[in-house]
Amino acid sequence: MENVKVVHYLNQFFGQMGGEDKAGIPPQIKEGPVGVGQLIESESRGRFKVIHTIICGDNYAAEHLEEVESTILKWVLESRPDLFLAGPAFAAGRYGIACGTMCKAVQQKLGIPALTAMHPSNPGVDAARKEIYILEAGDSTRDMRRVIPKMVSLSQKILDKVPIGLPQEEGYFPRGIRINIRAEKRGSKRAVEMLLKKLRGEPFETELPLPEFDRVVPAPPIPDLSNAIIALVTEGGIVPKGNPDRIEAHNASKYCEYFIGDVNDLTEESYQTAHGGYDPVYANEDPDRVLPLDAARLLEKEGLFAKLCDDYYVTVGNVTAVASATRYGHEIGERLLKEGIQGVILTST
Amino acid sequence: MDELLLRKVRIQDVIFGENTEVANHVLRINREELVRYLKEDQRLKSVEIKIARPGEKKRIIPVKDVLEPRAKSGGTSTTFPGFLGTAEPAGAGITSVLDGVAVVTCGKLVNFQEGLIDMSGPCADFSLFSKKLNVVLVMKPVEKLGKYEHEEMVRIAGVKAAHYLGLAGTRVNFDEEVRFQVATWSELERSHPGLPKVIYVDMVIAQGLLHDNYVYGVNAQGSLPIVLSATELMDGAIVSGNCAAPCHKNTTYHQQNNPIVEDLLSEHGKTLIFLGVIAMPVRATLLDKERICTQVLKMAKLLNAQGAIVSEDGGGNPETDLMMLARLFEKEGIKTVLVTDEYAGRDGASQGLADITPEADAIVTNGNGNQYVVLPPMEETIGHLEAIDVITGGHAGSLRPDGWIEMEIAGIMGSTVEVGAEKLMTIAI
Repeated sequence: MENVKVVHYLNQFFGQMGGEDKAGIPPQIKEGPVGVGQLIESESRGRFKVIHTIICGDNYAAEHLEEVESTILKWVLESRPDLFLAGPAFAAGRYGIACGTMCKAVQQKLGIPALTAMHPSNPGVDAARKEIYILEAGDSTRDMRRVIPKMVSLSQKILDKVPIGLPQEEGYFPRGIRINIRAEKRGSKRAVEMLLKKLRGEPFETELPLPEFDRVVPAPPIPDLSNAIIALVTEGGIVPKGNPDRIEAHNASKYCEYFIGDVNDLTEESYQTAHGGYDPVYANEDPDRVLPLDAARLLEKEGLFAKLCDDYYVTVGNVTAVASATRYGHEIGERLLKEGIQGVILTST
Repeated sequence: MDELLLRKVRIQDVIFGENTEVANHVLRINREELVRYLKEDQRLKSVEIKIARPGEKKRIIPVKDVLEPRAKSGGTSTTFPGFLGTAEPAGAGITSVLDGVAVVTCGKLVNFQEGLIDMSGPCADFSLFSKKLNVVLVMKPVEKLGKYEHEEMVRIAGVKAAHYLGLAGTRVNFDEEVRFQVATWSELERSHPGLPKVIYVDMVIAQGLLHDNYVYGVNAQGSLPIVLSATELMDGAIVSGNCAAPCHKNTTYHQQNNPIVEDLLSEHGKTLIFLGVIAMPVRATLLDKERICTQVLKMAKLLNAQGAIVSEDGGGNPETDLMMLARLFEKEGIKTVLVTDEYAGRDGASQGLADITPEADAIVTNGNGNQYVVLPPMEETIGHLEAIDVITGGHAGSLRPDGWIEMEIAGIMGSTVEVGAEKLMTIAI
């Protein structure tokens, strides 16, 4: 790609429409570059051509984010650029969120590479850092001359499909994708050094910043159990003998659904565990120990609940990536809802 | 003051010969004698001894454990105490090491959790075992042997072979002698006033088949935490029967040469005082986890520790223990560093740990076990190549029709080992 067509997003201030008094203006599109856009063009030594500049007031964008997004997607689609740039937004929060949101939308929905730049404290960083490259900028326009070359340079690497360097080399916020690299020292040595720093009260850097886990709110009780259909679901890997769908022993790539409408008891002859994360002997001897079908059938007969679901769902929850587990949970939940299930016995190992 | 003299005999090659002996840095093995010795265990139907050297186009699979040949000369204690001879405390006297050699236990799959070692190619970059002269025991159990007995049989065979070969080292001159003093706690307390006192908590998983460790021969399932000196580890006080996942299984070899122990010892008396090791069983239920973590805290306080390094064994539920201990330690003012690995998904975008706590602010990671690799075919497979489709890290179709293997590094022995023996780590991009 020789010449690069760019659409550039700016707020009212950088779009030279005015200050806070113009923060309420709706999005508008102009031919060619405005202000910062000219700097981007010159920094790229003429390779980048800003074909359109989109300008929107900060308040308008904050109050009508979805509407602005769909307007901008429409304009960008018509303009068909090679690249979408926004900002830099520096420490301006409303502007930062708009930049992040617009870049994310353009890249995800139109497949056009998009990036922006802002200060670490800008809430726009968290709005889009996982999806797009956001370059780290200072808190004011004084940093403009430093950050624009970085935006141009990283954009060219993305467009030219040149390998992207590490966050500290390129100056972007880590997107949270963890890759393996080789350190200079082995793990044990790094641990001893980290401990010494911690003991001395010196600054140290953890290698694994803590992720944030969801909290799942427990569902309310089932009002009338005697009319409820109950399903069995397990992450304990109980599968028909031979593991016909080959669920992996570890980091399962799937969950499966099996018919048990005509089964009252899971036996060693017909079921087994595919799970690699626990002692399988007891589960293989009597798979009901992990997927309690025999007990459920008894309770069904006693009328504690109306009926047991004819299918059960199973995966292997053994060092399975949380993202996969979350997806399986959502999908299984949706399928159960569709089948009119009111309650689930979810067994874990 | 007790001391351990670790005498290293450097080995440059391993071959079969008439006698089991070391001469000119070459280990000769009397194959028939070793086989006879191992087959004293009547559960062992057959055992083949194979040699795999660094750089050779050989693939060893499925691997259960790796051990370093070590044996004692003089005295009444033995290496691998509780397994062979006596169970009296090891960690003092003279221990000979065949430096450069490893015993690898292999053969019919006990269960999914066993791993792979390649002696060359890209896999070799992930594991120190690819750089060893490996004496591989390919074992077949008698018919209808239960899984527990099968596991015990291969574990004991590994210990016996490592001791048997280690004995050859006691009969020759050594190349290097390292002296380790075993001080009492009051000696340690007085030794270097002003330096912070540090303990190392070595988690040992204890949760059933291929998820157990043995301390002085006792399955840690039935044990509370135990305090060990660094030198007891060197003498094989912890034998691994664990294979939670090959990448982060702390093998017996890793425990004998525990790098956290080595690196703490190298700072001992300079920047810190290394108080010793607490071997901490990791059980599956919350009650057990609370019981054991609070016992470890009690020991750390009795020892007056100011800092701690905690290494995980396995992944998933052991992270509860790791985080619980960080919480307990930090609340008592014991500065804590955790050593772990991650399962962040093949794309690296997932959360890598199953449990977290805000107190865990100092973590060393040994890599993402979900990294996907493609490995070329080797000229020789030692063991059973087809196991790749079912072991941890592999999947149906891992063995491609063209002979290449696609798998996660979770299946490579020791690739993300949580005692920090390798240089692999993750960063966020």
